[in-house]
Amino acid sequence: MSTKHIDVAAGCLPTHQLLNVSGERTPDEELDHHLTGLTEQDLADFLRDMVVLRRLDNEATALQRQGQLGLWAPLLGQEAAQIGSVRATQDDDFIFPSYREHGVAWARGVKAEDLLSVWRGATASGWDPHEVNIACQQIVIGSQALHAAGYGMGIKFDGGEQVAVAYFGDGATSQGDVNEALIFAASYQAPVLFFCQNNQWAISEPVALQSRTQIADRASGFGVKTWRVDGNDVLAVYAATKAALAHARHGLGPTFIEAVTYRMGSHTTADDPTRYRKNAQLEEWKVKDPIDRLVNHLTVLGADVQSYQQRAQNAADKLAADLREAITNMPDPEPSELFENVYSEVHEPNRREKENYLQYLADFQDGEA
Amino acid sequence: MSTSMMKALNQSLRDALTEDEKVVLLGEDIGTLGGVFRITDGLKAEFGEHRVVDTPLAESGIVGSAIGLAYRGYRPVVEIQFDGFTYPAFDQLVSQLAKLHFRSRGRVKMPVTVRIPYGGGIGSPEHHSESPEAYFSHTAGLRVFAPSSVEDAYVMLRQAIDCDDPVIFFEPKRRYHEKAEVELRTPEKTGSPKAKVLNVGDDVTVVGYGPTVYTLKDAVLAAEDEGIGLEVIDLRCLDPLDLDTVADSVKHTGKLVVVHEASRTSGIGAEICAQITETCFDYLEHAPIRVTGFDIPYPPSRLESHHLPDLDKVMHAVDTVMRRNETHTGGAK
Repeated sequence: MSTKHIDVAAGCLPTHQLLNVSGERTPDEELDHHLTGLTEQDLADFLRDMVVLRRLDNEATALQRQGQLGLWAPLLGQEAAQIGSVRATQDDDFIFPSYREHGVAWARGVKAEDLLSVWRGATASGWDPHEVNIACQQIVIGSQALHAAGYGMGIKFDGGEQVAVAYFGDGATSQGDVNEALIFAASYQAPVLFFCQNNQWAISEPVALQSRTQIADRASGFGVKTWRVDGNDVLAVYAATKAALAHARHGLGPTFIEAVTYRMGSHTTADDPTRYRKNAQLEEWKVKDPIDRLVNHLTVLGADVQSYQQRAQNAADKLAADLREAITNMPDPEPSELFENVYSEVHEPNRREKENYLQYLADFQDGEA
Repeated sequence: MSTSMMKALNQSLRDALTEDEKVVLLGEDIGTLGGVFRITDGLKAEFGEHRVVDTPLAESGIVGSAIGLAYRGYRPVVEIQFDGFTYPAFDQLVSQLAKLHFRSRGRVKMPVTVRIPYGGGIGSPEHHSESPEAYFSHTAGLRVFAPSSVEDAYVMLRQAIDCDDPVIFFEPKRRYHEKAEVELRTPEKTGSPKAKVLNVGDDVTVVGYGPTVYTLKDAVLAAEDEGIGLEVIDLRCLDPLDLDTVADSVKHTGKLVVVHEASRTSGIGAEICAQITETCFDYLEHAPIRVTGFDIPYPPSRLESHHLPDLDKVMHAVDTVMRRNETHTGGAK
């Protein structure tokens, strides 16, 4: 059977949208109050975040093309889903990302060059998880959802106020680990937010291959409070995330957000989307661009959009220049690092293997001298 | 005081729970029921449902959530109900638990102990008698403990829980009821256990671990009757392997037999034979040989006695390396 004509059934849950494509605020009874206190300056900051992030993403793709990175997973199109959600978290909420949440890590203070160092192959992790409260990025699809569930169980056991947040995509919802994570979090009513960026594609597979119902409807089946939001609407994402985190902090257990967005770029720089998707779909989603949407909204509000855009552009230019400089000058790690941190305590065979290999290398150098 | 291995393990968990409030137990049926083998008997009542946690029936979920708890600063001890149910958790064990310390460049510790009752000889249906230790000793980042005695069950479980690295802890389930006169004492130093020489002998070095150690003790007596001195070594720890102790022994016996229940090909025995050949080649008087389970799926229980190493197979191997049965060219499986 061809999967070409499969479509996802209409869902049971509404798709919350607080900004329409023209940038006009559309009222939402359930989520509006979560925007209370948000100022024009906050919106301008969202704009700056998204513009800088898009630039970071473009620069990384360029650096990969120039041989400076081994691979890159672009987030183009998903800026609102990432910035809107992470900006709603508290700094001590612990985040478990997949490998595309560059915006989440960057917004939490991870330097762009540290983010890229992993994709360059210079290191195994670009940040200290306990410093930024973000777990190491996860490449095995969906595995991190269980880590978030366990972390959330820990918060519940020790009476903490934080929330564990798992990020994953539409493809991950087919994984056993994501389903088990929903079960564990629900069983213990743990403070966990499952944040699914439905970007419509798992490499070449359309979301309909993963789920014949809307993804949000499946989460409801686990007894988990769920929202479906327009993932290209930074305000809807922000408000829903605020709602979900408040739900968890009130002791009401896990939540799930399906942020409906679109992966405008390739899965990774090794991918060729022209083999499996049509331009028409891309054009359709260009109209819904998350940055244009916020620019339109600021215009509707009568804000000085040009100065905000200029400020964002300046920040983006600086980041790109600094990033390029840092990456092109990044040294390769020392061979001794091969053996570091495999174990936390002394492991005799590991110690001997390191010693032998370093001696082997030293012998070569002696021979050359 | 006479104590069974089950009681020793139970006491080990109780003492760990008492001494460190970050120790939590997770597993299927471990709370109210006390575990299908009763290893956690009474612990939920004593420490509460947030310390001794009955989990949904999902092994990947159990190990994955233990990893999340470790991120939060806990020291989880997981029970996998039976060896053959370990595999649904394979990604979490091998790609996550084993590698997170390396992946995080040493910033995230994973002090998680995964207890697995393993091995055959109890007449069970499929998936209840397996010996999957080689998968984990092959995986960098994990330590693999395999106690054989009542005392080691207590001490090594304390060491495993205390260790900042993840430990896969294999419990020889068919020896759960073995008893010994021991005083259960907290180990003085942590780290991975070293191999132990259980019997000093001059003729053949025989290496085993876990459930087969009891067979090797029988072999000592049988060999004595024939005037052969076996030097028996209990490995105790399968990763890191303490092969210095084995090499020291082989250097004076010149002969090595390795025994385990797990299948032969690419097993722990293969690694020991290879390394000892590398380090003791000039001392060897015969090729090292292995007495192991066959390279087959674990058989129906009416056939398991053929599959498991027993006294006859061990003695046959001893005869082979002693060249007492020259008509044979290899060891019995």
